[in-house]
Amino acid sequence: MTREGWIRLLVVALFIAALEAACRGGLIPRTVLIAPSAMADSLWHLLRSGEYAADIISTLRNVVAASVLSVVLGFALGVGLHALPRLRRAVEPLLASYYAIPTFMFYPVFIVVFGVSPRAIIAIAVLLSIVAMIAGTLTGLDRIPPVLRKTAQILRMSAPTRALLIDLPAAAPHLFTGIKLAFAYAFIGVIASEFILSGSGIGYAIAYAYNNFENRKMYGLMLLVIVLATAANTVLDLIDRRLQARLQR
Amino acid sequence: MTDPSRPDAVHARLRGVTRSFDLASGTKLDALGPVDLDLHRGEFFAVVGPSGCGKSTLLDCLAGLARPTQGDISFEGRPVDGVPEGIGVVFQEDASFAWLSVRDNVAFGLRRAGVDAAEIARRVDYAIGFMGLREFAHAHPAQLSGGMRQRVCIARTLVLQPRLILLDEPFGALDQQTRLLMGDELLRLWRETKATVLLITHALDEAAMLSDRVGVMSARPGTFIDIVETQWARERDSRVVSDPRFGGITARLWEKLRAESLKIMGASAP
Amino acid sequence: MKRIGDFILLVLGIVIAWQALHAWTGDGALTSPFATAQKLGALVGTAEFWNNAEATARAFVFAVLISLLGGIGLGVILGLNRTSSIVSEPILIALYSLPKVTLYPLVLLCFGLGISAKVAFGSMHGLIPVTIFTMKAIMQIKPVYWRTAHVLRLTPSQMALTVALPAVLPEVLSGARLGFSLSLLGVLIGEMFASQRGLGFLIMNAMGLGDIATIMAVAVFLTVFAVAANALLLLLDRTVIR
Repeated sequence: MTREGWIRLLVVALFIAALEAACRGGLIPRTVLIAPSAMADSLWHLLRSGEYAADIISTLRNVVAASVLSVVLGFALGVGLHALPRLRRAVEPLLASYYAIPTFMFYPVFIVVFGVSPRAIIAIAVLLSIVAMIAGTLTGLDRIPPVLRKTAQILRMSAPTRALLIDLPAAAPHLFTGIKLAFAYAFIGVIASEFILSGSGIGYAIAYAYNNFENRKMYGLMLLVIVLATAANTVLDLIDRRLQARLQR
Repeated sequence: MTDPSRPDAVHARLRGVTRSFDLASGTKLDALGPVDLDLHRGEFFAVVGPSGCGKSTLLDCLAGLARPTQGDISFEGRPVDGVPEGIGVVFQEDASFAWLSVRDNVAFGLRRAGVDAAEIARRVDYAIGFMGLREFAHAHPAQLSGGMRQRVCIARTLVLQPRLILLDEPFGALDQQTRLLMGDELLRLWRETKATVLLITHALDEAAMLSDRVGVMSARPGTFIDIVETQWARERDSRVVSDPRFGGITARLWEKLRAESLKIMGASAP
Repeated sequence: MKRIGDFILLVLGIVIAWQALHAWTGDGALTSPFATAQKLGALVGTAEFWNNAEATARAFVFAVLISLLGGIGLGVILGLNRTSSIVSEPILIALYSLPKVTLYPLVLLCFGLGISAKVAFGSMHGLIPVTIFTMKAIMQIKPVYWRTAHVLRLTPSQMALTVALPAVLPEVLSGARLGFSLSLLGVLIGEMFASQRGLGFLIMNAMGLGDIATIMAVAVFLTVFAVAANALLLLLDRTVIR
């Protein structure tokens, strides 16, 4: 690990230690925050007891479904837009300012349409994350160096062969960045939806525990979300970085 | 020629200067040294050498931007610790600030140093005029060519009236004709300011035509393997290339340099 | 001129798609564009709507200020030192990708149910991207600028204010736009979860009553506001950058 990696580990460890000391020392009341060790302990117990197994599975299923839908639809739309430059130019400002739209505000619409169900959650999560994939696809296709296309012509490749053997690998780094972001936003969207209104899922469980003053369970679950999100995003980011390094000449 | 009134005055001195870096893999990279050099006050000294020999590192150490691993550097009799007052540097890359006009770029250093407005205006006007930037005083660097931008950087250095001017391949990004013209400008600047100039360049002809002395550096870690005196008159310009001695000087520089450059490529000189 | 034409076509396209969706799903699902506009027109005439809008606005303004000032400040401090920027970047990105809603109960336990909690929600969402953008911008300042600053013997504060800040302004403005939008989102989601006032609350309330028209109207209102504000900031961006 690099020197900075060690320093980072130290910083995080010190932060957790400070939190631990503050909580145990009474600086932070137990009604507000429980010590990190207590959170870990709570998480361990609720995983072992299987009390939230159904919720965890529900969340994971929603995240995967939303991610896959976003990636596939986003890719398709991206390819489509790339092939229709006039349409793309018209839609581009919408894509560029999509981050500004409070899309989550439309979640209640989905609730009324689909009822309180996974479908509403997946719908809003897809809406939140699809543009990241579209953008990644467009960038990936844009950035295929023209010289590679010329090489394909000289080698007299057919269009499908070229698409598979040259376009896809060349665009892969940017495509994967799109996938990484789509996953991250889908995850956020699912948890947020479950939290605000749902009948199941980790987000729902946290809100439920909060409303019932069950701090231990609540913080255990919060820790679970933090661990899951950080782990998944770190792995995806690592892969992303490897692929991006390929682009460096 | 060195300053006629004080021909032996040493302006800057390097003794046993080396610089090493610790690489991430744990090994040590000897980038420079050991270097011994006396810069005479008012002289124009060029440094040539193969790629990677440490020319830029030498400049960084002399300017106080980097600390040598070993050895001593003194400027005007005082040890160099941090950037001393009285030194100006022109870098290879374009250092003009994109968000300021030419005029504001040139005035930048003076304003930060708290010089009063009237004096700033006077010096800036002079420098802009001297460097031929009057038409572009209110333009922004993005609107100018590479050569113009380097003139802005030179003007910015000029207004601070440095006594020692260091230039790190300032014309590297320019085409040959522009380089030759900029070389003449540099000589004009040198005579006007009576500063000591150290020019790092990879162009042998440039070194040979502009300087009083040329230091040839070996391959990394760079040391001076030869110092060639040109003995040109102070009032010179690029037309010195037609002087019969010019060919001999360049030949001598290349003879030494060729051997060093081949070393880098893994071959030996026949 | 062509761009405005394209933009109008885009808006028209969205409205038509909306109408088609409405026709397909039926009135119980999506209100038509016209009906939504009507509802919005009616709402905008009520005091209730504006009271809630004001509550959101107040929390939002504070959240944006904290996000921008705090984010830029933090970004500059972290970015000026190479080690601190390399160390912090993954931590900040991990925080950015975290579903921050999960931390809402903690915020409520700290701040109670008032406006300070809402400001905290908004700041949580907006601070991080502003910090990241600012920090990265500082890291990416041309090394020759730093060397020039050293040669000119600038003091650290001079370096920060006269070289670093102007050099990073374009990137910082991009981060600010993102921070602006996310702060708004943070405040709204906070209101959806735990508030008795605000436009987020209004939406949840309407949902409880099955009043789709109101949900759509308020959501569209927020969308138009957010997109318009973003467009304005983009304009500001373009005038500042030469």
